[in-house]
Amino acid sequence: MKLTLKIWRQKSPKDKGRFETYQVEANPHMSFLEMLDVLNEELISKKEEPVAFEHDCREGICGTCGLVIDGQPHGPSQGTTTCQLHMRHYKDGDTIVIEPYRGSAFPVFKDLAVDRSAFDRIIQAGGYISVNTGQAQDGNAIPIEKEQSARAFDAAACIGCGACVAACPNASAMLFVSAKASHLALLPQGEVESKRRAQAMVKQMDLEGFGMCSNVTACEAECPKEISVENIARLNREFLSSTLGTEVKVG
Amino acid sequence: MSLDGKVPSGSLAEKWTRYRGTMNLVAPNNKRRIEVIVVGTGLAGASAAATLGELGYKVKCFTFHDSPRRAHSIAAQGGINAAKNYQNDGDSVYRLFYDTIKGGDYRSREANVHRLAEVSRNIIDQAVAQGVPFAREYGGLLANRSFGGVQVSRTFYARGQTGQQLLLGAYQSLSRQISLGNVEMYNRHEMMDVVMIDGKARGIIARNLLTGELQRHAGHCVVLATGGYGNVFYLSTNAMMSNTTAAWRATRKGAYMANPCFTQIHPTCIPQSGDYQSKLTLMSESLRNDGRVWVPRSKEDAKAIQEGRKTANDIPDADRYYYLEERYPAFGNLVPRDVASRAAKVACDDGLGVAPTGLAVYLDFASAIERYGKSAANSKGIHNPDAAMITKLGEAVVEEKYGNLFEMYEKITGENPYKMPMKIYPAVHYTMGGLWVDYNLETNIPGLFAIGECNFSDHGANRLGASALMQGLADGYFVLPYTIGQFLSHEIRTPMFDSNTAEFEAAEKAVQERLEGFMNVKGSQSVESFHRRLGKIMWEYCGMARNAEGLQKARTMIKELREEFYKDVFVPGGMNDYNPELEKAHRVADFIELGELMVVDALDRNESCGGHFREEYKTEEGEALRDDANYTYVSAWEYTGWDTDPVLHKEELTFENVELKTRSYK
Repeated sequence: MKLTLKIWRQKSPKDKGRFETYQVEANPHMSFLEMLDVLNEELISKKEEPVAFEHDCREGICGTCGLVIDGQPHGPSQGTTTCQLHMRHYKDGDTIVIEPYRGSAFPVFKDLAVDRSAFDRIIQAGGYISVNTGQAQDGNAIPIEKEQSARAFDAAACIGCGACVAACPNASAMLFVSAKASHLALLPQGEVESKRRAQAMVKQMDLEGFGMCSNVTACEAECPKEISVENIARLNREFLSSTLGTEVKVG
Repeated sequence: MSLDGKVPSGSLAEKWTRYRGTMNLVAPNNKRRIEVIVVGTGLAGASAAATLGELGYKVKCFTFHDSPRRAHSIAAQGGINAAKNYQNDGDSVYRLFYDTIKGGDYRSREANVHRLAEVSRNIIDQAVAQGVPFAREYGGLLANRSFGGVQVSRTFYARGQTGQQLLLGAYQSLSRQISLGNVEMYNRHEMMDVVMIDGKARGIIARNLLTGELQRHAGHCVVLATGGYGNVFYLSTNAMMSNTTAAWRATRKGAYMANPCFTQIHPTCIPQSGDYQSKLTLMSESLRNDGRVWVPRSKEDAKAIQEGRKTANDIPDADRYYYLEERYPAFGNLVPRDVASRAAKVACDDGLGVAPTGLAVYLDFASAIERYGKSAANSKGIHNPDAAMITKLGEAVVEEKYGNLFEMYEKITGENPYKMPMKIYPAVHYTMGGLWVDYNLETNIPGLFAIGECNFSDHGANRLGASALMQGLADGYFVLPYTIGQFLSHEIRTPMFDSNTAEFEAAEKAVQERLEGFMNVKGSQSVESFHRRLGKIMWEYCGMARNAEGLQKARTMIKELREEFYKDVFVPGGMNDYNPELEKAHRVADFIELGELMVVDALDRNESCGGHFREEYKTEEGEALRDDANYTYVSAWEYTGWDTDPVLHKEELTFENVELKTRSYK
């Protein structure tokens, strides 16, 4: 199949950037990123600079890849990362527009690659359970209801790709933050410090320049792991109840 | 020269406890003045960096990823073993130890493996405390499943994303130490070389991947947790950026590379579909709990399937060859990986393969769906359910167990595995070989440690399923944090290092010149094309089956490839900004050199064991034929340069607790 690609090219963080148009010959069994590999091999053979995009596992689990394809983070297939999108979803002659995530908290540093280190700093602010190695009791000491554990897992499935931010008109990171806060708060081991955690993570999220959540729920629709916005409601409850008490020292 | 693994004295079961209780400690006030460099943030690296930070050491941690959470441990699907015996099915530390030694075809060190089995139990507890949402039973207790090569149920799992959840647990612990100031984290920094001062590892040269800047980082010791080298085959289930550079640079500085030819070919991966393919995707071994492996009995049926005239569903049961169940009745579909992979190769070599390429076998869930459907109907009180009802109920059970894997299979292949058997084929998955380490996980270079897949230590010639996660976390949480003290306790008077020394300057200059060298070739072929060619050589001659003639040929081909690479590679872009092509160039250059060493190692080992199958050495039934009299040793290779032969150092393996037997799963 012959495709026309309109790809965002930007040399550096300071460069203004622009769309460039390319033609590529693809095969329906290829993944989207393999199609970009083919383009890059062609560019290299013409001594041009290949398109920079980030990727690693190509199995939909590491969260490294994430392109905005025809306006949708990770493209048209629901519950699918860019690397797991396959070309059989396109037809001969299609034009595809490929952009990086946009948003001040995720600055572009080259072409389609963005800096998502803000997510790491949010986790560092409190997205963990405070337990040192060696302090654990027996794994079966605290039974956890199967359904409850499954709910925690659903939230824990987040891959930290940032599609929720890219999908949100306000560039809010609430789905990411609430998924981690929920995962830990739903388990007895993490419940103990859930209020402090919620406050610390939300504070860091605000510091990073992410926008406010206004319940658009585009994040849920575009999330490749189909993380539910129920987590946002849960985080809001934790946060509200934590701010009613004395402010916890954060940092 | 013979190598000393520094295994402590005492009985097998007491060694670790006694050693731990008597080893040197570093006092808290001294830990604050000791700097440890950890390279890599997968399960081993993240857990080690976090634990060392908790203990009070000053830790600097490096990853080439944009975040520590991306490391390839995240992709491990099936589970993690631990000798908890929660199922009351006869499991014990000894049994896990024994299974691992046997599964590794008696080519690993007894004491290390026993220690691994001992600490396996602590790992599960630690992970649960961190919030890892392992699968649970209705009673709220932890669930288990079986994996290949064993007859007990000791694998803990978190759906098909166990690696992800364990890595996030370690990442979160690491993040906590970063926020407390105990660990300084360097994302997007790649280690380019080890710096040696007076024969000890005292730092690294790192490259900032966004700016190209070379940096000097000094420390009292260096821990490599940089994973395996499966990508030497180009196509593997490893992530695209997984590479051997850190380990290989250490090898070039004098660290020994042990058993490099021991690579694991995983039996259940999605077959290759074309030449454009960039990587292969694993389908978890846990699927072999319920999937039955088969090919058509007749070549005619196989041919009809290959040409698209028939599908799996057109072959009646009597005409299906369930070769694992027939050849290995005791273990059936749950034979170890090396055995399952070779059997698939034999079936396809016999013309019974089922994809258009002829390189695939079926993994069929129809029986499981029927069995689970009947059981579900029974427990729901549905009497005389019809076939459609059974299928519906059975599919729901299978979905709960393996839903995400089935979904992934369908996304990649476009076929629905509930209705049509999966097509699978073996692919490179893990490397048992790696940097030689002693019982302390220290390489032969003082102050240089290697943990996780990066070292060679625990899996012998074949790793059992769900043991990689176990080993990575055992090393990082429960072994290295103790054993590193054996080295560091002698360093408490050593002041913090200054990186403005001649050694650092020379190392940085060498890295700079090497990178400039790649840029300046200005040839006509892409880095990727060389990598692909290397992969084909390795797969063809040093893959699932090897022979002396092929290996010799491969060595010549690799030498020619290397020469061509340095004459004709083309690296676009510049040195001082984000340039993934330059990163690939130095990684592929290292893969080429490692590839040659793998071939040399495979040639040296005139026996078949585990994943190393030399066609000249097999039983009448075609099984691996070990030569215990001559090859019960670890091959630790000293690299002496491209134009000279590497030097072999042997660590003799002594088995005091298990009897060396022919591995049988029949």
